[in-house]
Amino acid sequence: MSWLLTAVALAGLSGVPGLFMNRYGSGGERIACALIVAAALCGLGAVVQVFYDGDPLLLAWSWKIPGAAFIVRLDALAAFFLMPLCLVAAAGAIYGLTYMAQSHHPENGRQFRLFYGLVVAAVMLVVCAGNSLLFLFAWELMAVSGFFLITADDQLEEARKAGFVYLAASHTGVLALLAMFVLLEQGSGSFTFPAAGLLVAQGGSAAAIFLLGLFGFGLKAGLIPLHIWLPAAHAAAPSHASALLSGVMIKTGIYGLTRLTSFFCEIPFWWGGSLLALGALSAVFGVVLALAQHDIKRLLAYHSVENIGIIALGLGMALVGRSLGEPLLVMLGLGGALLHVVNHGLFKSLLFLSVGSVVQATGTRDLSQYGGLSKHQPLTALLFLGGAVAISGLPPFNGFISEWLIYTGVFSSAGKDVGGGIAILLIAPVLALTGALALACFVKVFGMTFLGHPRSDAVVQAKEAPALMLAPMMVLLGFCAWIGLLPQTLGPLLLKAVGDWNSAALEMPTAMPLQSLTNISVFAWVLLLTCGLLFWWLQRRRHHVVPGLGTWGCGYQLPNQRMQYSAGSFADTIVALFRFGLWTRRHGGQAGGLFPAEEHFACHTPDIVLDRAILPASSGISWLFVRLRSWVQNGLLAFYLLYIALTLIFFLLWFM
Amino acid sequence: MIVGILIHLLLLLLFAPLLAGIIARTKALFAGRRGQPVLQLYFDLLRLARKGSVISKTTTWVFAAGPVIGLVVPLIAALMLPFGTFKAPLSFDGDLILFVYLFALARFFTAAAALDTGSSFEGMGAAREVTFSCLAEPTIMFALLVLAKLSGGLSLDVLLGDHLSASWRGGSGPALGLILVCLFVVLLVENSRIPFDDPNTHLELTMIHEVMVLDHSGPAFGMILYGAALKLMVLGTLVVNLALPWATPWWALNLLLYLAGLVLLAMLIGIVESVMARLRLVRIPQVLIGTTLISVFALVLVLR
Amino acid sequence: MTDINSMLLLVVILLNFFILGSARLVACIRAVALQGALLALLPVTIHGFSIHSLGLAGGAFLFKGVLIPWLLLRAIREVRIRREVEPLISLVATLFLGAMTTVAAFLFADQLPLIHASQAGVLVPASLATMLAGFLLLMTRRKAITQVVGYLMLENGIFIFGVLLSTAMPLVVEAAILLDLLVAVFVMGIVLNHVNREFSSINIERLSALKE
Repeated sequence: MSWLLTAVALAGLSGVPGLFMNRYGSGGERIACALIVAAALCGLGAVVQVFYDGDPLLLAWSWKIPGAAFIVRLDALAAFFLMPLCLVAAAGAIYGLTYMAQSHHPENGRQFRLFYGLVVAAVMLVVCAGNSLLFLFAWELMAVSGFFLITADDQLEEARKAGFVYLAASHTGVLALLAMFVLLEQGSGSFTFPAAGLLVAQGGSAAAIFLLGLFGFGLKAGLIPLHIWLPAAHAAAPSHASALLSGVMIKTGIYGLTRLTSFFCEIPFWWGGSLLALGALSAVFGVVLALAQHDIKRLLAYHSVENIGIIALGLGMALVGRSLGEPLLVMLGLGGALLHVVNHGLFKSLLFLSVGSVVQATGTRDLSQYGGLSKHQPLTALLFLGGAVAISGLPPFNGFISEWLIYTGVFSSAGKDVGGGIAILLIAPVLALTGALALACFVKVFGMTFLGHPRSDAVVQAKEAPALMLAPMMVLLGFCAWIGLLPQTLGPLLLKAVGDWNSAALEMPTAMPLQSLTNISVFAWVLLLTCGLLFWWLQRRRHHVVPGLGTWGCGYQLPNQRMQYSAGSFADTIVALFRFGLWTRRHGGQAGGLFPAEEHFACHTPDIVLDRAILPASSGISWLFVRLRSWVQNGLLAFYLLYIALTLIFFLLWFM
Repeated sequence: MIVGILIHLLLLLLFAPLLAGIIARTKALFAGRRGQPVLQLYFDLLRLARKGSVISKTTTWVFAAGPVIGLVVPLIAALMLPFGTFKAPLSFDGDLILFVYLFALARFFTAAAALDTGSSFEGMGAAREVTFSCLAEPTIMFALLVLAKLSGGLSLDVLLGDHLSASWRGGSGPALGLILVCLFVVLLVENSRIPFDDPNTHLELTMIHEVMVLDHSGPAFGMILYGAALKLMVLGTLVVNLALPWATPWWALNLLLYLAGLVLLAMLIGIVESVMARLRLVRIPQVLIGTTLISVFALVLVLR
Repeated sequence: MTDINSMLLLVVILLNFFILGSARLVACIRAVALQGALLALLPVTIHGFSIHSLGLAGGAFLFKGVLIPWLLLRAIREVRIRREVEPLISLVATLFLGAMTTVAAFLFADQLPLIHASQAGVLVPASLATMLAGFLLLMTRRKAITQVVGYLMLENGIFIFGVLLSTAMPLVVEAAILLDLLVAVFVMGIVLNHVNREFSSINIERLSALKE
């Protein structure tokens, strides 16, 4: 337990010494980085302790606030969320030393590091809190500190706007959570979290708890249509903050849903069903929206929505499995969801960090300006490629393993005549579609960024990132490869976590499908080795190569780099297929005649919920109230007297 | 098990290029020509392996990774697939997902290698390849779900195993027929055959796969051709296993039956290529969505 | 025997999808001709060889498989219609609707109060699905010719249902329907010819302007 508390304290205080140090010196940032790394190591120590001993760590102190108690409880379920947090936080802190050096950011560097540490500490507390009030306290700390991470570059209007939307969304979410915890207290009799499977889900109160939780936690996690704050916020924040936010912080929403559903002993079918529907929507539309983006960080942010969708599909499957009494579905669904939480934390932060090094080298986030970067940044390209293969769910990396678990659940239910109809079976094609679209998207990003010819001068001058930025990414890639190549090592941990969620899931020999993980591992190694061997053979024959020739232009003599397929054209067919849900705006591009004049083309896909629904609606409402106000508050004294009289009469009638 | 692996690999490596020859001969027959020798691809491969190559200075190592992975993936995937009555040597529960995703991996690197050249044509091909496979993947999943439902298994070995002959004769014949159609369409798409793509021409006429590999030459191009042939045989095996579920007590006869099925399939592809024109590009998504709907319908039939 | 029936009907359903998704008029007509010809086999495969079933099969084959498609193809040639289907909603959307109606037909057929013998196969759902697909074609296509194709599909659906009852249903009923259709085709052909000669267009949207 002391490990965990030390970790929280070290992380929370990591930015404080820097506040008292020289604005232009690097002492503060080094101390902060060291403290975060130490906190991460302590956190990992706690995780190891939980998995090694098998018992959850527990600590209960009394707290003066009525109803509250300082109960911290770390079980295997929470450890699955703590694990990526520690890795990503440490990697981001080291990366930040050069990415956001104090000497280059004297005005906001110290503040940023303070809140970075606070977010890390708050997320640690959130996943370990055993009491509603402590949970809410940590949740708010996390939300508010997150705001300062997003608005680190507050001289940009984009960042301020993103921060504002984030803050509004966060607080709406907290409102729902407050109501939910009050209802939960009425059900269980105390603000302390009940043990797993203790509450009876009956009547309207349970339904209200679930719906409020789904709203509040879904808002944080970014399930469509609650994802409004996510794309802009992740695009505006500095890259290692995006990594922390996207890799770890949004998972607290998933954690909340997982923990909340663990309290109940039986789950109505519609809980899982609605989560499946939302998950499918988020997965498919998240990736389609990502395909339509040109801003590389915004694109990655939409992929977070997609991956949260995949996690929700796994969680939904586990819930459906519980209401149908199918331990295998519970095991594979929750196992897949939890593993995907870890995986997404790893590869998404890897992607954000490598994109950060690209953005820093080129000074733009616009995909259509890139091209040919792998010549200037070979290591960054390799690291990004690893992350791209992993996030597309391809073997031999980790994304495949978690998706495989969910798929296996679907297919096992198909073969076994499980009830629940077509709802579960549809997960497989939805996942397949999502996977194929994600693949298309990452081929696009990787190809447009790192391959081909440079599309602008900014790229030509790009330099490889320094070693201190590359090293944390390599560690992250190493973990991705570890989970992908040796998945069987994680099997027992998954079983433990699932047992914490719903002990009934372990009553039958559910470990059966997990044995296949060894086979997958064998295949992954064979794949890697065979490819390596053939690649080596092909490279050895390179002395037969005719040197110095360019790409064949298919007979065209004067190709230039602007003629390459661009990011927009690459995704165009898919975007057109999904135009019913995207409403991409297109401007220009109508060249005509025998000698067409110069013509411009641009396309832009605004967010379907925020830009198409919420913003127009709120501007409409504000217009209405402006009109109303100008009518009510017209400056004539007689009217004001009338209002007073009317109020008086109203109250007289009221109390009569 | 080692023997099983060796038999599988030998069968695949030696027999696969023949199918391309048979397709070419069938097409020549329809066109009233004599056509190239049936063993032409073997000669091509031998020649390409000895040749030098031209590599654009725009490219990086990714350019070489495409052909390598494109060749390795069908080889590895074949180990999970039963060849007729020859059981899959490395079968495990849930291997069907790995099977599908391995081909996705090959697609990732083939498309990336195409983008590596910086040519607009190859970018076009890459974009189309990844787009159309988005529409083919759900179909494969639906087809596998139908098979999983009928067989109750989790591995390709069981899905395409003994239950098939009973399922055909039982009430599920229609559903199996439907997914057979779907898988045949997927086979044509994935192997870039007419009516979806034209494997024989280059440049904008061929639109998808061939245009992605324009810049490869020498041994790398040989790997691509070999990989395509292997992929045809591996995916064709899915179709053949599904269509010819009979087993005799003699293994040699079973082997002959399986190989004859593959030859028939190749001839069928040749006939389709001879009598059909390539679809317009905008029609391809429509056809693929139609196929997906048919596979959904097959699933409804077995769930009913 | 039921196996052959279900296979036949399956092909019929596949042809429904094909017709709904096809952009080419001639392909549509050929497909519906093939559908009619396949359905003509149905009385024989279900009821065995008898004069009644052979007569039904022969008549259906002649009318639906040969005569009406031939007339339609001739009409296309003579009137020189553009050979592409002009859908009111996109082909993909039609396909989706078609799939949904087909699934609905299958679900609905299970609820129908039929005797068990007719419950078992795909006969009833296939009939419903073909009828609904015909309706869909009628609703979503712009050309008069495609309307005739839609009527033909509708008739095919009714025919499947009729075959189920053909021992009870006299040949006359079937013949009357076919005759109606034939007359319809003739009338359509004549009208089309005239409309085409007068207005150089046979778009039914423009035909609706004649309603007053």
